[in-house]
Amino acid sequence: MNVVALSGSIVGSKTRTAINYTVQSLSESYPDAEITVIDLADYHIQFSDGRNYLEYEGDTKYVAETLMDADTIIIGTPIFQASIPATLKNIFDLLPQQAFLDKVVSIIVTAGSPKHYLIAEQQLKPILTYMKAQIVPTYVFIEEKDFYRKEITNDDVLLRLDRLVEDTMVLSETYAKVREAEEAKYDF
Amino acid sequence: MEQYRLNPEKGLEFGIYTLGDHLPDPSTGERISAQQRIHEIIEYAKLAEQAGVDFFSVGESHQEYFATQAHTVVLSAIAQATEKIKIGSSSTIISTSDPVRVYEDFSTIDLVSKGRTELVAGRASRVGLFNLLGYDINDYEDLYEEKFDLLLKINQEETVNWEGRFRAPLENAQVIPRPKEGALPIWRAVGGTPASAIKAGFAGVPMFMAHLGGPVSVFKQTVDAYREAARRSGHDPAQLPVATAGFFYAAETSQQALRELYPHINEGMKKTNGRGFAKQLFAQGVDRRNIMNVGSPQEIIEKILYQHEQFGHQRYIAQIDFGGMPLDKLQKNLEIIGTEIIPAIKKYTAKD
Repeated sequence: MNVVALSGSIVGSKTRTAINYTVQSLSESYPDAEITVIDLADYHIQFSDGRNYLEYEGDTKYVAETLMDADTIIIGTPIFQASIPATLKNIFDLLPQQAFLDKVVSIIVTAGSPKHYLIAEQQLKPILTYMKAQIVPTYVFIEEKDFYRKEITNDDVLLRLDRLVEDTMVLSETYAKVREAEEAKYDF
Repeated sequence: MEQYRLNPEKGLEFGIYTLGDHLPDPSTGERISAQQRIHEIIEYAKLAEQAGVDFFSVGESHQEYFATQAHTVVLSAIAQATEKIKIGSSSTIISTSDPVRVYEDFSTIDLVSKGRTELVAGRASRVGLFNLLGYDINDYEDLYEEKFDLLLKINQEETVNWEGRFRAPLENAQVIPRPKEGALPIWRAVGGTPASAIKAGFAGVPMFMAHLGGPVSVFKQTVDAYREAARRSGHDPAQLPVATAGFFYAAETSQQALRELYPHINEGMKKTNGRGFAKQLFAQGVDRRNIMNVGSPQEIIEKILYQHEQFGHQRYIAQIDFGGMPLDKLQKNLEIIGTEIIPAIKKYTAKD
């Protein structure tokens, strides 16, 4: 299973901290999974101009191709102005329609306020659905108070992240089998 | 229709097109040389002519996995190698070329082919060629519209007076040689959406509509939008030809057709577009209501006749060679086209 963990912001540390813990948990529980971490803070990515993703250059091309090659994507996102950050939306805009067809996508949200709890549900999931992702229904919502100096201090959050890893991988493995069975049915 | 060298009395025309892609055959993983691919395209045109196909066209794409960037040169070789089949482009990227040079090339090919040449002008689906050929992608739409207009003007007037943004002005400029009949059929390439078709309709030029898969009923909206736009801007839709172009593959059964074609489309699209073709959607391609012409010869005949009934189009153009399809398979398809499909289509669509 080719898993990409995407940290969707170029500022701050909380989303990256949550992604780091998730990746660590994933690699311990699923040692066979190939995991690539993409922290958008580490790349210079241009705005989407609508071209085919193969035609971008440099970091933009790398990030787009890495996501397109993934079987499973774990998206970590902060909430800015009651929405996902522009940097993350830009990633979606770089990719083709139906880019997430046959991919399992799960979500981790970090936010400064519990008022933002439904933003993933109401703003992020519709985008992923449009792009044909198999979405892991439950997501992990982490508040600012759960972090201290780049560590997650709330055990409940850590256990929820562990369960998200399991849910993500169970769905990925199951979906791969479902897909295999469906494709075999077509006999071509 | 006469100025476009079409006679609807003779029924729906059957054409073949190639994008000029140069991809490995997925069954072997091997890719033939560019030289062999170009020769096979010329051979393909000759075989199409022998099978009684009405039209054969070659595309221009400036990117990896393509071999006919200089499509006019390939067309010129085809003009020389054939005698009666109509030939053309599918399409010529007018945005990144000088319309004067393009017109000189095509009227010359028309003379080489003795009056068999047509031009389909498109705007490219990629951005790489804008860098390669020295144009700014931000001018994407303006480049196309300005150059397409100039191309039409040159087609109508031998001595041209013109001024625009993207090329030096023309003052009493004589554009020669002229095509055999004085003018060429010039089509506007349309990607299948109504938005793009409407522009062709407003301009009152023939529409060459390329498509992947999907319901005929959806593409009918595009054809209707084209004719409605033509009518609104004072053109008679009955005088404007429509061509549709898309995947074609015939085999003994639809299952065999899917099995033989799918790896070529799926692997070829992965390489050229970065995404394969979903099996679920591809499987629906054999449905009578789907625009892809894949199936047994009888199923394909029914599909094409259904499309003709819906679109009232003048020409259907089949793409069979995408994704490293070997020549023997193309030959087999042309045999079926020549002996079964064309006779049936003409029988049902020609007015006798």
